[in-house]
Amino acid sequence: MSVTYKAGKEPHEKEYRLIFKNVDREGWDTSLDTYENEGGYEMLNKALKMETQSITNEVKASGLRGRGGAGFPTGVKWGFIPPNNTKPVYLICNCDESEPGTFKDRYIVHQDPHQLIEGMVISCFAVGAHTAYIYIREEFPEAATIVEKAIAEARAKNYVGKDVLGSGFDCEIYVHRGAGAYICGEETGLIESLEGKRPYPRIKPPYFPAAMGLYLAPTIVNNVESLCHVVHILRMGGEEYAKLGVARNTGTRILCVSGDVKKPGYFEVEVGKVTFRELLFDMCGGPKEGREFKAVIPGGSSSKILRCDESFKIRQGDSEVNLDFMDLPLDFDTLAAAGSMAGSGGVIVLDDSRKMSWVLNNINHFYAHESCGQCTPCREGSTWMRKLSDRIVEGKASPTDIDTLESVAYQIDGKTVCAFGEASSWPVEAIVAKFKDELVSETSTNNDDAILTPEEASATKYL
Amino acid sequence: MSNDILEHNVALEATPGNQFFEPFHVTPELEAEANERISHYPADQKRSAVLMLLHAVQHQFGYISAEALEWVAGKLEIEPIKVLEVVSFYPGFRQSAPGKFHIRVCRTLSCAMAGSGELMEKLCELTGIDRSKSDPHHHPVAVSPCGKWSLEFAECLASCGTAPVCLVNDDFHEGVAPEKAQDLLTKYDSSEQ
Ligand SMILES: Cc1cc2nc3c(=O)[nH]c(=O)nc-3n(C[C@H](O)[C@H](O)[C@H](O)COP(=O)(O)O)c2cc1C
Ligand code: SF4
Ligand code: FES
Repeated sequence: MSVTYKAGKEPHEKEYRLIFKNVDREGWDTSLDTYENEGGYEMLNKALKMETQSITNEVKASGLRGRGGAGFPTGVKWGFIPPNNTKPVYLICNCDESEPGTFKDRYIVHQDPHQLIEGMVISCFAVGAHTAYIYIREEFPEAATIVEKAIAEARAKNYVGKDVLGSGFDCEIYVHRGAGAYICGEETGLIESLEGKRPYPRIKPPYFPAAMGLYLAPTIVNNVESLCHVVHILRMGGEEYAKLGVARNTGTRILCVSGDVKKPGYFEVEVGKVTFRELLFDMCGGPKEGREFKAVIPGGSSSKILRCDESFKIRQGDSEVNLDFMDLPLDFDTLAAAGSMAGSGGVIVLDDSRKMSWVLNNINHFYAHESCGQCTPCREGSTWMRKLSDRIVEGKASPTDIDTLESVAYQIDGKTVCAFGEASSWPVEAIVAKFKDELVSETSTNNDDAILTPEEASATKYL
Repeated sequence: MSNDILEHNVALEATPGNQFFEPFHVTPELEAEANERISHYPADQKRSAVLMLLHAVQHQFGYISAEALEWVAGKLEIEPIKVLEVVSFYPGFRQSAPGKFHIRVCRTLSCAMAGSGELMEKLCELTGIDRSKSDPHHHPVAVSPCGKWSLEFAECLASCGTAPVCLVNDDFHEGVAPEKAQDLLTKYDSSEQ
């Protein structure tokens, strides 16, 4: 059957559509009929006839790495449920989608909810979960309605509920809504939130969700996109799926491009098969008129910024090669080797019209706003960093403030309960390291001598 | 003890938005929805439903009043303070009435680059809202003198590719350049009759 897309939404020729096959597609809607017409829920039928372990084995063979941010192998995570467990097992779909720059899960839950539900029921069956929750961020009210309607339709056809398709397997799925807090994307914060509490992340170890998660029972937390991939892995077989992409970075993933390009948007590509040059020039139409690319945040705002004039030593097989920024392929391992990360796939592009102090200040405001406040380095440090960058953009900073800023970042990094600490300090570390001259040029030693009242003097001392 | 805490911690500040919302009361529909939501969690984990119950209340009554908070606590058989600590943590819950149309403009990087700061300024100007008393955490929600509008910054709304974006009540709007601010307001103003 030929697939056509809405005008202006046609996939680029370098795209490979699995997960986004139906996004912005002509004649497509969220109803169960539409999904069934294209073979929907056939993979669930197939899965229910398989051994649960062999489903996990297919997912392991596929090499799928989580698309939520950390890139952890999904099949391996599933294997962490303690073998002698007697408690109920839970599956949670993470649809908090709150990492700045990321906007892929949005399209799945708004336009193709049954793909996600099928992926979830299969995954529940594989890990032995009979209850699953979809944690949807509060700012997706429409998605919550769409997904609940889709679950009801699926239940009416017995794809969800008691004795799914006569297999004897029970599986309930419920929607749980967040309330506007970024930290609920962190899996243990999410679990606390689901338990009806403030979403204070838990310390790992011992609270690895697969062993001690929701209600202290084994819990698998996966991103929306990751769970959708499970359907395609079953259809193609793990080994076939692993042929997509490159070694250790298999399958497809959705890159979300925003900021200073002619055509921002989403692009589903084979992992590692597209370079920044292809993404930014061919797929996104290049920089805006009269502008040049300056820097790129490659995997959500937490990932370390890369300068467009940098080059990197990257290991390829047994040898090391020198690659200019534009020639880097966007896969997990390459971006890690370049000192950043593929993260959530949110690519934010900055051109030469952007002042880095302003960019950094915007990012610092985000993290200062979103710190859960549970641990001191993060709670205090994120606010200090915000105040320091406030000073820079207001023209009130002295050159030593830049060093203070950097030192605060390094005193957060690695010293907190959850990875938010790194998420908030990495942008600062990278921007100071790579754009120090520019930042310093906005400061003045005259600001050192500003006459302060005693209160102001002590306030600046402690910031 | 618990009521004492509520008395000292729950602000009961009326705003011009109050005129558009009924005071909290329990309707059979709300009761039914609450019971349905609670049934989605294990019987000994009712507390899990707190966010969903608060959403149901806020959707209907605009914000979480002290009475609403006590009712939710009663439904879940937990201390009111446990509900209050949730309400006071999450930016998505309000303790005073918003405007009839509550606008949340995305403040984060891609939207800011596309002009969301200017969009916010324009909206403030057109609605007569003064956000100068809002702190870096966007509190309190600022309501227009007529009570029809309220404005708040939100953090990345996950649509950075169509920046700048905003939410008006439950409706999502993309590509709202600052010069489209008036059109956005007109759309809601004229949908009123
Ligand atoms: C501060 C913070 C925010 C996060 N936000 C999200 C999010 O919005 N969505 C998401 O899927 N994962 C998010 N994660 C990652 C989750 O903790 C978790 O690793 C992920 O949901 C696992 O799914 P995956 O293995 O399929 O990637 C976040 C992590 C941190 C530390
Ligand atoms: S690192 Fe920050 S967000 Fe994470 S637990 Fe500590 S205070 Fe909370
Ligand atoms: S920055 Fe506004 S939607 Fe992401």
